[in-house]
Amino acid sequence: MPNDNALTRRGLLMKLGVFFNGCVAAAFALPIMDYLLSSITRGRNNGYLDWVSLGPVTQFPEGETRLATFRNPLVMPTDGKTADTPCWVRRVEGDKFQVFAINCAHLGCPVRWFPQSGLFMCPCHGGAYYRDGSRASGPPERGLFEYPYKVENGLITIQAGEMPTPGPSAALLRKEPPCA
Amino acid sequence: MRLISRIGEWFDQRLQLASPIREAAEHPVPRNTASWWYVFGSAALIVFCLQLVTGILLALTYVPSAGEAWSSLQALNHDITLGWFIRALHGWGSNFMVALVLIHMMQVFLFGAYKFPRELTWIVGIFLLLMTLGMAFSGQVLRFDQDAYWGLGIGASIASRVPIAGPAVVKLMLGGPIIAGATLSRFFAMHVFVIPAILIGCVGLHVLMVLKLGINEWPMPGRIVKRATYLKEYHELTKKDGAPFVPYAVWKDMFFAAFILLAVAACALWFGPFGPTGRPDPTIIQTVPKPDYFFLWLYALLSLLPPSLETPFLLIGPVVVILGLLLLPFLSGEGEKSWKRRPIAVLTVMLIAVTLGTFTHLATYAPWSPKMNAWSGAPVPVQFLHSTTALERQGALVFQVKQCRNCHSLGESGGQRGPTLDAVAVQLTQDQLIRQVIQGGGNMPAYGKNLSPAETTALIAFLETLHPAGQAPARDASRHFALEQ
Repeated sequence: MPNDNALTRRGLLMKLGVFFNGCVAAAFALPIMDYLLSSITRGRNNGYLDWVSLGPVTQFPEGETRLATFRNPLVMPTDGKTADTPCWVRRVEGDKFQVFAINCAHLGCPVRWFPQSGLFMCPCHGGAYYRDGSRASGPPERGLFEYPYKVENGLITIQAGEMPTPGPSAALLRKEPPCA
Repeated sequence: MRLISRIGEWFDQRLQLASPIREAAEHPVPRNTASWWYVFGSAALIVFCLQLVTGILLALTYVPSAGEAWSSLQALNHDITLGWFIRALHGWGSNFMVALVLIHMMQVFLFGAYKFPRELTWIVGIFLLLMTLGMAFSGQVLRFDQDAYWGLGIGASIASRVPIAGPAVVKLMLGGPIIAGATLSRFFAMHVFVIPAILIGCVGLHVLMVLKLGINEWPMPGRIVKRATYLKEYHELTKKDGAPFVPYAVWKDMFFAAFILLAVAACALWFGPFGPTGRPDPTIIQTVPKPDYFFLWLYALLSLLPPSLETPFLLIGPVVVILGLLLLPFLSGEGEKSWKRRPIAVLTVMLIAVTLGTFTHLATYAPWSPKMNAWSGAPVPVQFLHSTTALERQGALVFQVKQCRNCHSLGESGGQRGPTLDAVAVQLTQDQLIRQVIQGGGNMPAYGKNLSPAETTALIAFLETLHPAGQAPARDASRHFALEQ
């Protein structure tokens, strides 16, 4: 008399087949996940950040704010112009600088510097910032993002490599200049 | 003729598809559903097919590389025969598809078609809506121009606000630390492979369920849906008052679909392709990024929400809306179908339509954005300079040079970020004007550090002249006495 619960030869083979395919699926899933998440895992421990030069300090007059551009430290062959990143360099005096990210702290649009009114203005949603990057008005909840910088041998270099965003990642770009 | 039918028989013997197809085509539908109200779903499907065809045609030329995508779009627009037309068809097709899907959804909601037993059809429909919007956004990214580049920046900024996982989500979305080649490649993969595959699968399920469960009958006030009796009632209805879908109802679908395709073609011919706008070069910062029209309402909302509410709204809002839509057929799976007996449903649709319409309209002229070139582009209207003193004219110059007009309009030209200043002297006394300029407040930056005392005096003197002819400027009544003391 056949028993429904009894383990038959074919039933066992099928279960083994399912198990075997499960193992294969897991073996495939691991490298696939590793590949898919590589843009995150690579970024751990500031893996994307590096020091890049903005050129000699002499091209930034004291008391003024100028646009500078740098090539992102990590470049892929298909990046084209998108790896060229602009930033605002304010030379306060001597070797004291402030280097602001171009991205508005609200939603990342490119802010423009207006020397006459001493304001950075954003074309998207009307965010405005004072010359020192602090928030003046509009929807941003904080001041402009600042890149850590250092001045060596007459060159100004900044630590860059990630697009600053208003979420927690912004903490990577310290708000206070590191070398006072 | 006999040869053709013999060939047909030869194939059908092997495929055995003829009878299920005939069954599907001739399945009885309630007579009154052969209505012009029931054509939007099939029209959306036809436009989706148009998108598939034009999408493949575009892929023959398009290069999904951050360095070359923009040039390949230029080649499509200018170098390749009718490349512009295919681009225009695809772009306008996308606009029409979003609109049709929304209209279809509204009709289904108002006709109570999401109720028992069509809950799953509605839920799959919600996924179809989300996928359609996903196609619209990723398609906008593939048009790799300035708007696409900065639109991605906005997307990344929104994604970064997710608690804890924010930075990881951004890197996953961008495929790296910045918007670059990897970003475009992954949006290409989503737009061309992943989302279309899901769409095709979901469309198949959606249509299959319409065939299996039957089209929603025309809602009659008072005819209540009950789980226990509905299937029997629907079956009787189609038996008593039914007609075969083909040809009884299908001709309206066909006419409307053809009309929509012609409308897409007409828009494509008349208005041409969308962009691309400027080169996706982040160092060109003289740009005013704007999303395509179906995301304009969001663009407006993001400027008008109080800053503290923005992140909760962005993160919780979509979850609440999607959950609400998914739960709808379970919360009201029975009861009245007719819109005549569902006032709250009708009001909800009207409220949402008016809200989205208003935000979209606002976003087309963006009164919250400073006019970046108003200070150099818009002259001070002459009437404000008539019979002014030298000091007041100096003030007008300060007003212009300090870029006040980027945010404040004068004589209807200039920014609308701040209030118009045509009659500001009537609204604020001299002291209030000085305080407002120097300390800012109420969303105005403080200009104290940026104006010399002489400039401030001149500026205030000019602002004091801004009042209608016959109306005296505001003054502080106690000032006279205070000065006398």
